[in-house]
Amino acid sequence: MSVIIIGAGPAGCEAASQLARNGETVELIEKECETGGNLNNWYQLFPDRKNAKELSAFLRENIRHPNIHLHLGCEPVKIIRQSGQSYSVHLNDGTQLQGNALLLTTGFRTFNARRKEEYGYGIYENVITSVELENFFTNHHIQTSAGKTPQRIGLIQCVGSRDEKICNFHCSKLCCITAVKQAIELREMLPEAEIICFYMDMRMFGPGYEELYREAQEKYNIKFIRGRLSEASENREKQVIIKAEDTLIGKPIRMTLDLMVLMIGMEASEGSRHWAAQLGLYVAPNGFIQVKDPHFATNQTNIEGIFVAGCSSSPMNLTDTLTDARSAAMTIKEFLGKNDKNQAEIKIN
Amino acid sequence: MYYDPFVLPFTIALNLLLIYLVIKYARWIRSFSKEDKRIIRKNIFTLKTGKAIREVFLESLVHHKIYRTNPFLGYMHMCFGLGWFLLIVIGKIESLVYHTSLLNPPYFAIFFRFFHPAQETFPHSDTFAFLMDLILLMILSGLMLAWIKRLYSKALGLKRTTRHRPFDLLILTVLWLIFPLRFLAESFTSGTRGGGSFLTHNAGDFFNSFLPIETLAYPAWWAYSSALGLFFLLLPFSRYMHIPTEIVYIFLKNWGIKQGRKFTTFSQFQLYSCSRCGICIDQCQLGTSLGMKDTQPVYFLKKLRHHKEHATLTDNCLICGRCEAACPVDLELNALRISQRTDYTRITKSAYDYIPEKSGVQAKVAYFAGCMGHLTPGVIRSMQTIFTKANINYTFIDENGSVCCGRPILLSGNQNAASVIIGKNKTILKNSGAELLVTSCPICYKTFKEDYHLPIQVMHHTEYLRLLLQQGRLQLHPGELKTVFHNPCELGRGSNVCTAPEEVLKAVSHKLNTAYDGKKSLCCGGSLANHHITALQRTRLSQDTVNAYLTYKPDILVTACPLCKKTFAKTEIPVPVQDIAEVVAESLG
Amino acid sequence: MNFWGFSIAEARVIDYDKNDKSMATAMTHEAPASKLCIGCGGCTATCTAGNLTEFNIRKLQMLVKRGETQEVKQNLHKCMLCGKCLLVCPRGVDTRRLILSLMKFINTQNSNF
Repeated sequence: MSVIIIGAGPAGCEAASQLARNGETVELIEKECETGGNLNNWYQLFPDRKNAKELSAFLRENIRHPNIHLHLGCEPVKIIRQSGQSYSVHLNDGTQLQGNALLLTTGFRTFNARRKEEYGYGIYENVITSVELENFFTNHHIQTSAGKTPQRIGLIQCVGSRDEKICNFHCSKLCCITAVKQAIELREMLPEAEIICFYMDMRMFGPGYEELYREAQEKYNIKFIRGRLSEASENREKQVIIKAEDTLIGKPIRMTLDLMVLMIGMEASEGSRHWAAQLGLYVAPNGFIQVKDPHFATNQTNIEGIFVAGCSSSPMNLTDTLTDARSAAMTIKEFLGKNDKNQAEIKIN
Repeated sequence: MYYDPFVLPFTIALNLLLIYLVIKYARWIRSFSKEDKRIIRKNIFTLKTGKAIREVFLESLVHHKIYRTNPFLGYMHMCFGLGWFLLIVIGKIESLVYHTSLLNPPYFAIFFRFFHPAQETFPHSDTFAFLMDLILLMILSGLMLAWIKRLYSKALGLKRTTRHRPFDLLILTVLWLIFPLRFLAESFTSGTRGGGSFLTHNAGDFFNSFLPIETLAYPAWWAYSSALGLFFLLLPFSRYMHIPTEIVYIFLKNWGIKQGRKFTTFSQFQLYSCSRCGICIDQCQLGTSLGMKDTQPVYFLKKLRHHKEHATLTDNCLICGRCEAACPVDLELNALRISQRTDYTRITKSAYDYIPEKSGVQAKVAYFAGCMGHLTPGVIRSMQTIFTKANINYTFIDENGSVCCGRPILLSGNQNAASVIIGKNKTILKNSGAELLVTSCPICYKTFKEDYHLPIQVMHHTEYLRLLLQQGRLQLHPGELKTVFHNPCELGRGSNVCTAPEEVLKAVSHKLNTAYDGKKSLCCGGSLANHHITALQRTRLSQDTVNAYLTYKPDILVTACPLCKKTFAKTEIPVPVQDIAEVVAESLG
Repeated sequence: MNFWGFSIAEARVIDYDKNDKSMATAMTHEAPASKLCIGCGGCTATCTAGNLTEFNIRKLQMLVKRGETQEVKQNLHKCMLCGKCLLVCPRGVDTRRLILSLMKFINTQNSNF
């Protein structure tokens, strides 16, 4: 029995390795030239500040298994559901794969910050996204567009999440804790700088997150202002002038920043959207793939034999993504077993 | 003397109607403001009256504007308007030629076939008979179309036709009966006594073959006269008041009377001029996108005229002006809607004293981005680039935040507040010392032009960009990108700026022609004037608008309004949405 | 001038039990989206009036919801209804309609006296 997995990010890799170790053949398809997905853009992970490369390497190591056939740099062009429980996937390099189950681990994409034009991303020089900040961390160097060391940095949360104005009503869950983590990393690099997070709510849902928030305040002297950025402008020194309300005081606040970081949210990836539409999967209003049941069937979809794991069904942190992948592996294993038994029964009859 | 008692229903009703109309119109005009009366006195003996007569002919009779919207519908209305008119006029001439006296009663011409002994010929009697039959045929063909329209409106290219009150359906039936009855009466008479032409004569012979037409002829004339009489009696209480009222309205309009911010007796003329043709229904995006079927002007004016509850309808309008642009009667539908909005502000002169009277750097050109402009910094940035590249001495007067122009509060019906804001801003703008005011916001632009009466010239940035191009101050590298232009409501329809943006866009890109060019553009859904629809409904409307433009497969969707741009950004669009200034700035060398 | 040495102290507590919530009821009835507010302050940050004078639309509607109407009556008229707040609200609150509903309520209530 074989399983076709689309997307070799953390969820795809983890599910593949679990399935392979349990005796299934896995066809793992990845459009990029390396596995890891969005994880490759990260420097350190919360809450333990583990180097992202470490997890990447761990996942890569796990999928070195004779049962896993990795197709890097390949994209499916056509997926055909055949009679019985069988899927035929045509790749753009001409390969044709057969599988008894399909797992979509097509993940997420980050919000296109240009859509919030009033924040000036792509217009002002010193407005960057959280992904770009990770890049700075990887290079161990941070500076403004003019090459100066930033004195005051603002981290803006909920950019592309919880926003009716861009039709993203959902919470991306991770931006709060990412902001806390990145603020701490910034502090470590810039001991003198003033670092301020602008938040609507601090949603510290994971283990160790709230503690990290405390630490950010206590040990790293990160400031938190409860207010949403309404708009930004740029002065002649190319600094960013922001407008928000300090809602806990009840007055508008204006502030000059040397660097503004937009904590961009998560959206369903193009792959998730495309294959959901092609395969006829139900999509939740937020654009992510709808699971069959939020409690009992978190990896099943409305079509039997097609499964989801990780951020194709909702924003998740890495912990949850990996757990979800393992859960998906188990669900698929069970499904294949039943299928096998049915087939055997049909033969006997 | 030609007389028969059957003419009485017609004659009595016609006289009553005329008296009623004269009294009603005279009372309305008497309550006009002094200023409006002055305007009438000033213009009554000028060419404007001639223009009005021409318009009455083109619109009330030929229905030329409906032709432009929909030829079938135009023909239908022309059959009734022009057809009936010709029937009266040619009938009158015919009767005059026969009788050779100017003083024959009105009914004589109308019922000429009854009074005229068919054997007796007079100059051109055959031609007259032929013409009269031809016109009758034309009216009857229009009637056929009207039936089809009622039953299958789509066949005539209308997605929806107006829903009428039962009373209006009654008078509609009476109207529809008039001409068939005339046809029958004339045919029966012709079949009995001869006369008539190709239509009535042959029909008379045909009816004669199986009907006792000799006994039917007289009752048919009675029926015809009664139908006419009944129609005249019901007319003042029905939508057909538009027939006489529209004529007066056209004169008033041509003399220069305008719908102000308040509901006046001139507004009454507009209300009664609405023919409820329903052309506005298909224009309204609240209907086409959101399935709202009762908020269109035809229903709004109906409720207003019959004093029905209309608070929701008053609020539920985008004031996009698409209906106004399509209205064949040229009613000021936006102004009428706003005139019904209640002013709930208790504004004193000091309410906006907090607005600072700043004076910035003096320059020849003052740039005003507008409130919304500060939410689209891409537009501001592009304008700054353009000013710099064109070597313009300019000052960005609202760089550190704008003060509202006053139009949004005006759109909500709060006129006093608006005039206080306008007064405040006017001083600031005057003190800027600039010779030219350029704004990026069509909302500001409209109110600057119409309500500010500024001593300096005002331009929307699309007009200004055209000026710079004409002066050769910008070195462009025209792109080959395909663009579709969304003309903002307040710019195209609202301020009559259509050619400037198109010329600019053609100079910098490959502009695609669409069915939505110029004044036919759609509303983005972001309108500040609607107080009823929800945020989600706005999004749906804007999605539909974007999809309509995307059918032309442009590389860029271009607009010229920060509000439109922000509204379009709500949904994810496969192509970029840019302001015209951004497109120009990008193509600068 | 305070001749008597006494002054009426402003209440330090929102007396939610006693406060008149009719204005809040009217507001949520006329502008149902006002219920969606999460108090992010985006509206106040962008507000033209709020950047020039004592006018805080977020606080204002919050006060209404708690039945604290005095400040509302004093400040409401400062709004220019420009609609910028409408364009930044992440919850899609129809802020202009909210203001208009309050104006209407205050206006009709005053005329009853």
